[in-house]
Amino acid sequence: MAVKGVIEVDVELCKGCGVCIVNCPTGTIALSRQVNGKGYNYSYMEDPENCTGCTNCAVVCPDTVITVYRVKI
Amino acid sequence: MNISDIIKPENKVYAKSRLLLDREMHYCPGCSHGTVHKIIAETIDELNIQEQVIGISPVGCAVLAYDYIDIDWQEAAHGRAPALATAIKRLYPEKYVFTYQGDGDLASIGTGEIVHACNRGDNITVIFVNNAIYGMTGGQMAPTTLEGMKTATTPRGRSHISSGFPMKITEMLALLPGVVYATRQSVDTPAAERKAKKSVIKAFKSQKLKKGTSFIEIVSTCNSGWKMTPVEANTWMRENMFPVFPPGDVKDETGL
Repeated sequence: MAVKGVIEVDVELCKGCGVCIVNCPTGTIALSRQVNGKGYNYSYMEDPENCTGCTNCAVVCPDTVITVYRVKI
Repeated sequence: MNISDIIKPENKVYAKSRLLLDREMHYCPGCSHGTVHKIIAETIDELNIQEQVIGISPVGCAVLAYDYIDIDWQEAAHGRAPALATAIKRLYPEKYVFTYQGDGDLASIGTGEIVHACNRGDNITVIFVNNAIYGMTGGQMAPTTLEGMKTATTPRGRSHISSGFPMKITEMLALLPGVVYATRQSVDTPAAERKAKKSVIKAFKSQKLKKGTSFIEIVSTCNSGWKMTPVEANTWMRENMFPVFPPGDVKDETGL
């Protein structure tokens, strides 16, 4: 059964450390070109189609700014 | 399926623990402290012991830990967290008491306190965040700094001739009969983080059963002090710190 995931990043709290990006098994996440209020490039879903909602990014995020949603399709 | 169709409360599979206060952490981007805070908050929430936990926060970067996790806290002077934890545990034997300490705090100024708390076998849990450097004060050499590692006070790299060897605290404390559980973990990958969380859960459960001191070392990064990006620091930690501080259980007599 296929699954589809979505991550929601709290943009203003993200510090752009990039730890989620290297721990994403599907290469979904990237750093945005835009910056947040503190001047950090924040994480976002560059390739939303790939996300499986595995929660790896949220688990390793030091600031816990990622919320993960998942549905079976 | 649209993203907006998926972002619904019933589809939520991971969110910030309710015990992590809605406050921006002061830690540098990518700092392991945030992940360790998360593990502790999730453990306390899962065991449903929020009202029964007292944390002892250290001196160092994590001095403000009490601002981030919604439990009772007590701040200790440099290195004295195990002594304070002993007092609190003896006054409130039914509470869960843990200390949260860094390597400058626990392995240097607080060596006496931790050794004697472990020797007494007090039923406390110690979370020891080892990033091999004094992070808050500007990246000076710590007792756990690796040989050859450059810091503000060892600009040519630490040499055992003048500064001794990296101190393996967990192995040292595991020798004491009062210590029931001594383990070394890391939080650099999702798998390691989940494993570290299991250790914290085990430590709290063993504390409830009054088995003795549980000691969890978390090998961590200090990317600002090491002068690397967070991702580089995690790689550097795996390549350089793990050979000296190998992850895994050093002692486990909890029977859990």
